Amino acid sequence: MTSTNTPIIQLSNVGKSYGNISALRDVSLTVRQGEVTCILGDNGAGKSTLISIIAGLISHDQGTYAVDGAPMHFTSPRQALDLGISAVYQTLALVPLLSVWRNFYLGSEIRKGSGIFKRLDVKTMQQTAEREVERMGINIPDLEQPVGTLSGGQRQVVAIARAVHFGARVLILDEPTAALGVTQSGLVLRYIATAAREQGIGVIFITHNPHHAYMVGDHFMVLSRGEVELDTPRADLSLEDLMFHMAGGAGLNALQHELHRGEPTTAGQAA
Amino acid sequence: MNAITESVETRVKRRQLQQTPLWKRILKRPEVGALGGVILVFAFFYVMAPPFRQLSALSTVLYQASILGIPAVAVALLMIGGEFDLSAGVAVVSSSLAASMFATEVTGNLWTGILLALVLSLAIGALNGYLLVRTKLHSFLVTLSTFLMLQGLNIAITKLVTGNVATEDISGMVGFDLGQRIFASNFHLFGTTVSIAIVYWLIFAVIATWVLLRTRMGNWIFAVGGQGDSARAVGIPVKRVKIGLFMVVGFSCWFTGMHMLFAYDTVQSGAGIGNELLYIASAVVGGCLLTGGYGSAAGSALGAFIFGMTTEGVIYADWDPDWFMFFVGAMLLLATVFNGWLRIRALSRSK
Repeated sequence: MTSTNTPIIQLSNVGKSYGNISALRDVSLTVRQGEVTCILGDNGAGKSTLISIIAGLISHDQGTYAVDGAPMHFTSPRQALDLGISAVYQTLALVPLLSVWRNFYLGSEIRKGSGIFKRLDVKTMQQTAEREVERMGINIPDLEQPVGTLSGGQRQVVAIARAVHFGARVLILDEPTAALGVTQSGLVLRYIATAAREQGIGVIFITHNPHHAYMVGDHFMVLSRGEVELDTPRADLSLEDLMFHMAGGAGLNALQHELHRGEPTTAGQAA
Repeated sequence: MNAITESVETRVKRRQLQQTPLWKRILKRPEVGALGGVILVFAFFYVMAPPFRQLSALSTVLYQASILGIPAVAVALLMIGGEFDLSAGVAVVSSSLAASMFATEVTGNLWTGILLALVLSLAIGALNGYLLVRTKLHSFLVTLSTFLMLQGLNIAITKLVTGNVATEDISGMVGFDLGQRIFASNFHLFGTTVSIAIVYWLIFAVIATWVLLRTRMGNWIFAVGGQGDSARAVGIPVKRVKIGLFMVVGFSCWFTGMHMLFAYDTVQSGAGIGNELLYIASAVVGGCLLTGGYGSAAGSALGAFIFGMTTEGVIYADWDPDWFMFFVGAMLLLATVFNGWLRIRALSRSK
């Protein structure tokens, strides 16, 4: 339905090495408007490296990374942000002791006045933050309260609302549901779907949870030890397939085989 | 569009009506503990030491507070930004020594001496900051090193240049009167003598408070100290902010150093040691967290005021001045425990 849209981000054979250790090899990925791309993988599979490259925190050393068709080599997250590529990390890039509205505008403060009297436009920021947060459907009684006092889901939504408000075209969500309960996860997943379908944002959804991924994803990629193990659109994949790959794929089969083989051997010796 | 803004405005208005009462909001401010401390300590010495009740005593107390308070304001900003500066105490003396010796022994001109001292002080701050972001060591270690190095340099260079442990008297130099008027003059107010240092101190505290709460830089300082990774992720130049904060401390050291130079004409090269801890203590009593991201510049002024009252109060009460340090320690302990308790309350959902 939306896959005819133009790609915003296109990675071709991207890789990253630290000395002799290669953290990521040969990853090709396309993010289109209004599409949710799910990236799954075990710990250390290279998910963090991949999103750090896309978000501009680190730069790749193999392959090409193109935004709107133009090859890029980001040296700062700011550059990615300016092109509308915005990451929402597990830490959410929120400062717990700072108030909700200050967090909302952190790094992109609205100012008024000029010269040395240039100051924060507190009223505008408070009102806009309130409007945006309320549109997400969460109720925060006092925007002056520190972000650290919000629930996990609320914090997540504040972080996503912030990214969308500041013109994100591509939203990278790093395990947004990992630390959340069922209800709070539902809130976040619903918002991911809305952001993609209604606001036309390209979403990169990193998760451990194949159920969550399958609920909202249009395209799935499973990483394993820095390489792509599975890369397929939703149409060619069932939840069972995804769970199988997520659980370890071919490696799991081998393990199962090995564990089962143990029994007959001992039985054979006993006989 | 209009309708949307209107509805938001009415919603905001409605919300303000049901907002937490003013006294509750004040109770959540970081400096409220220090304010309580000021009242308690003032009442204590008001009762214990009759001479403390005079207006001239208040002026002396405020003067003592301002000497601590000017660097403490800068140290508070630095601590909110998540870092320490142990070198500030001796850096004040380094600055007066540099100004004095550049003026008397090198250039022969008082103003070039003052200017070179400013450059040196800013450079010490920049060096602290640069070493911090470069080595990624804890600022405690970095500034402990510069503290010890400066302490050695202060005495060694002074001996080399003047052959003495103190600098020459600068009061005879051209421009001394103007310098003294700027940095260390007194004026009369309500029949008592008031040092200009107090005025500077209050101005610095007000500016720092405004910067913290109402400018982008203030937001960045809180963010850098509160969660450095988050700050970096939203594009805040964390390293530049930190180096800048160390340079602000450098500036405050220079300013205090110039006051000391023009107030006493000569500089003792071994002075200043231990003051860095009083600056930090003032900031902490004023509500700054050792871990950064939380605190207040106005609070540091209140903290310095508490220590000013204690220094002078002990004298007015005719006690052995050695009690001062005991009081500093006790106050620090009390304030930290109290502030910690307040912060937990502020962070808990109080609805």
